[in-house]
Amino acid sequence: MKLRLPAPWFAVLPVLLLALWYFAVDRRWVAEGIIPPPEQVLRSWYTWIFGSSRAMLSPYSGTWLDNVAYSTRRVLQGFGLAAIVAIPLGLMIGWNRLAARLVDPTVQMLRPVPITAWLPFAIAVFGIYDASALFLIGLGAFYPIVVNTTHGVRDTNLLLLRAARMLGAGTITILAKVVFPSALPSIFTGLRLGIGVAWTAAYYVGRMDICVATMFSVGLLGFLSDRIIVWAGHLVLHWRTLEAHA
Amino acid sequence: MIEIEEVSKEFAKGERRVLALAEISLSVAECQFVAILGPSGCGKSTLLNMVAGFDRPTRGVVRVAGEEIVAPAPSRAVVFQEPALFPWLSVMENVVFGPKTQRQPAADYRRRAAQIIEQVGLRGFETSYPAELSGGMRQRVGIARVLIMQPQVLLMDEPFGSLDAQTRMLMQELLLQVWERHHQTVLFITHDIEEALLLADCVCVMTARPGRIKKRIDVGIPRPRAIEVTTSPEFNALRREVLALIREESEQAAMEPAGV
Repeated sequence: MKLRLPAPWFAVLPVLLLALWYFAVDRRWVAEGIIPPPEQVLRSWYTWIFGSSRAMLSPYSGTWLDNVAYSTRRVLQGFGLAAIVAIPLGLMIGWNRLAARLVDPTVQMLRPVPITAWLPFAIAVFGIYDASALFLIGLGAFYPIVVNTTHGVRDTNLLLLRAARMLGAGTITILAKVVFPSALPSIFTGLRLGIGVAWTAAYYVGRMDICVATMFSVGLLGFLSDRIIVWAGHLVLHWRTLEAHA
Repeated sequence: MIEIEEVSKEFAKGERRVLALAEISLSVAECQFVAILGPSGCGKSTLLNMVAGFDRPTRGVVRVAGEEIVAPAPSRAVVFQEPALFPWLSVMENVVFGPKTQRQPAADYRRRAAQIIEQVGLRGFETSYPAELSGGMRQRVGIARVLIMQPQVLLMDEPFGSLDAQTRMLMQELLLQVWERHHQTVLFITHDIEEALLLADCVCVMTARPGRIKKRIDVGIPRPRAIEVTTSPEFNALRREVLALIREESEQAAMEPAGV
């Protein structure tokens, strides 16, 4: 019997990119000294992972595993916190019109604010260590989870809701046994996006370069563009609204 | 058992108001099987939705067992055209969803579920998921999960409408057998003349929009019935009568502008 291995399609693009990087540095296509060649990066990485942590003073010698463990813990904590808050909130926004009117605009307004912009506030409120990092990572993961959960809830098939009501289910049962499982695929999409953002946030923790004015401008512009997309969506998806009322 | 008294239903359509049902009166006696037959868009599903409690009449009253209907309840079970099963639950879990939600004792509803699953011919598929079943089998689950509720009335909204001809025939026979056993009050919506005559004690032919009941025809064919009854002269005479009524209505409906 022959063991069938999956075709290595996934490797094509990374290999091409690596080759491009190598030749770009080797042939001086880019300014010298700015971008290190791949082999230098590999050496530094090796030192970071396997180097002696006591012999050298560099924080990037033999500390890799510690750093990874530390970051992973923070990301998972922040992400878990985000999921615990965002999933129930998304269920509420998607299910209840009042909750949607109360909470959704604020969420949409805060969503475009870059996580790094919150850094000074996080430090002011939570101090410079773990709590700050948790807050920033959690905040980054929070938005995609809440938005996708809301979307999943609103997508629940009306017929399934009717079936559940006809079988005697009350609101709580419907939310737990029908709406939640029905929204689960969307919730997972949100979680996937959320964990990605959580890592990005974990990377950025430590930078402090965005000012208040930018925050407000970006927030406002982001909010407006979100409104425009929603409005355009209503125009384009007119047929869906008709279907829903047929 | 079911009393529909001068029920009208209007839908708001932007500025306009569209009359879907006009002053319908209809009563269904206990243990009676009544079919509502009408062209598509005549509002027959709207009528059923009001008996189910998914929708309220604009004017008039719907009562079941003397009580005015304001919301859906397990005593008025619905079988939808699309089976509307919970795709994340197995056949067994779908069937016991109702009694479990009602917090009935598990030992009791498990036993009944096994019986009903046997009756609708789903034995061996208890752990399958809806996506693994054919259309006919899904609809069997749809029927089983309401039979287990022992409802006062069974509301069926074109339950076999999306099945192929052969499966539909099998399902009609299955429903006849099940009905012989449970003798429930049934309100059955369909646009299929043969189906209505084969299953029902009484067929109400509806007019095109706005929906009215044009004629109520008693089907005197003795029970228990089997599919062969559809070839009898008696059945053909009834079919001709209904066909003439339906044809008038379909032609009128075809003249109306679409999309209302």
